[in-house]
Amino acid sequence: MSATTSTAGAAPAVTTTRAARPRIRTSAAVRTYLALELRRSLRNRRTLIFSTVMPPVLFLIFGLQGDYANQSTGNGNVTGWIAVSMALYGAMVTATGGGASVSVERAQGWTRQLRLTPLRPAAYVAVKVAGSMVLGAASVALTLVVAAFTGAQMSAGAWALCALLAWVGSLVFAAFGLFMGYLLPAENVMQILGPLLALLSFAGGLFVPLGDGWWATVAQFFPTYGLAALVHAPLGGDLGPAAVVNVVAWAAIFAAGAAWRFRKDTARV
Amino acid sequence: MTSTTAPHTESTPALSLRGLRKEFPSPAGPVRAVDGIDLEIAPGEVVAFLGPNGAGKTSTIDMVLGLSAPTSGTVQVFGADPADAIAAGRVAAVMQTGGLLRDITVAETVALTAALFGRTGSPVPYLERAGIADLADRMVGKCSGGQQQRLRFAMALVSEPDLLLLDEPTTGMDVEGRREFWAAIRADAAAGRTVVFATHYLEEADTYADRVVLVSQGRVVADGSTAEVRSLASGRTVSARIDDDGDRAAVAARLRELPAVDAIDHRGARLVVRTPDSDVVARFLLTQTAARDLEVASENLEDAFVALTTTAAPGAARITDGATR
Repeated sequence: MSATTSTAGAAPAVTTTRAARPRIRTSAAVRTYLALELRRSLRNRRTLIFSTVMPPVLFLIFGLQGDYANQSTGNGNVTGWIAVSMALYGAMVTATGGGASVSVERAQGWTRQLRLTPLRPAAYVAVKVAGSMVLGAASVALTLVVAAFTGAQMSAGAWALCALLAWVGSLVFAAFGLFMGYLLPAENVMQILGPLLALLSFAGGLFVPLGDGWWATVAQFFPTYGLAALVHAPLGGDLGPAAVVNVVAWAAIFAAGAAWRFRKDTARV
Repeated sequence: MTSTTAPHTESTPALSLRGLRKEFPSPAGPVRAVDGIDLEIAPGEVVAFLGPNGAGKTSTIDMVLGLSAPTSGTVQVFGADPADAIAAGRVAAVMQTGGLLRDITVAETVALTAALFGRTGSPVPYLERAGIADLADRMVGKCSGGQQQRLRFAMALVSEPDLLLLDEPTTGMDVEGRREFWAAIRADAAAGRTVVFATHYLEEADTYADRVVLVSQGRVVADGSTAEVRSLASGRTVSARIDDDGDRAAVAARLRELPAVDAIDHRGARLVVRTPDSDVVARFLLTQTAARDLEVASENLEDAFVALTTTAAPGAARITDGATR
């Protein structure tokens, strides 16, 4: 919105046009809202368990079997490889939950209430995603710290890069959660999406190696496949063009779907 | 706190609806929820938007709040587009249900709402004005319906709106909760705020509004003070005693000649006359007949409501059950 007014002869410095929308200090509003979101996630026992307890526990169960700690794979050991898988899984679950909570709050009439405030709907979604990304960062960090103390080995660069990729990559699943939440208008949408994420993680090769059979070909089409390859690349995993295309394509599909439903939802009908 | 009175409110109506229509698509063709409402509400008025369920009250309020767009016609809030009035905090609403996060406290809810309007102070003054300061640390999900409604009221106060819309605000509240809620609203309206509330409780309209806009089937069927709306429907009854039977029969015959008379009942020695113009009947009885002990009584608003909404919408009157207790 441009601020130019065509009042002839008026000095620009003293034009006091009544802006259509008064400038609310958005940054302060968003900061308050984000702080509240974080307090909410700390209070929500269910979220905490799924985001910060389950991924390290899954790592402890699957990452310490046999002599994984002694088997090397590229820049680290197999234990480290599995730690990265679980870190991504934790970030994915957290981001999906954050995206899906938009539709839950919509069902409770909260987004409608917010439309009676100056907060823009897009800013609300951004706050929700940012809040879940903070929790996602905690989830990734916890899993990797537990792994570091229990025998996972990687080069210093791999630790940092894997953590960053898992965290940033989970944004794809924030869009997934947002989109699915709009499509499945259920109070407990995560009860559907949680098991679905676990299935996708198996199917896309995040939990178990894909091997060389026909499944390795089919797996390339699942949204978890590309991210699984991406986060393991710093460890020496092979990151083929199929994986990159997979990540970009699914990111585009989920983001477009979420944006489509979001626009439909916030349109004045 | 900043001043809430903008300089140009003197002449600009708080709310102006012009030819407002709203249609919703349905398999059986478009359903017209709002069917041409013209309405002007001046700053400072307390107006009841009274009508049975399905009369178009909520659809109208949604358009005033900019939550939905009119099929045709215009809405102006203090001369501005609804969306701008919302963003400027000039209009706020207490919705019927929902709109709350259950896992945060009452104080957090109000503090967040305040932050979204760019206000940084403590939420406590708003909680006090809504009468829920003692619930500040309670989780919203643990509050009763009436408490949640007062929380919505506290949230609506945050922007210091010049126009407050209440959509069926006391639905589901017990008698005590309703009384407390209205006490809080009245205390606030006394400070000059414009209040428009939708209700299907007649007693609420009668007790709390200065003006009643009666809607039925998406149209305004009556608009005026509660007394005016009452008289619009069935007017008043004038009754007087005439001891002599022959006299009484003669007077009744002459009354029938008057254009203002709707009906005449005989109750013992009294004649009971229903009329939209009680003055004419009373003057006639007192000056030209031997009638004495004259009484003028208003029909109550409920009678008016039933009469007006049933002529416009057959069957709508049963909605008034809740108000007849």
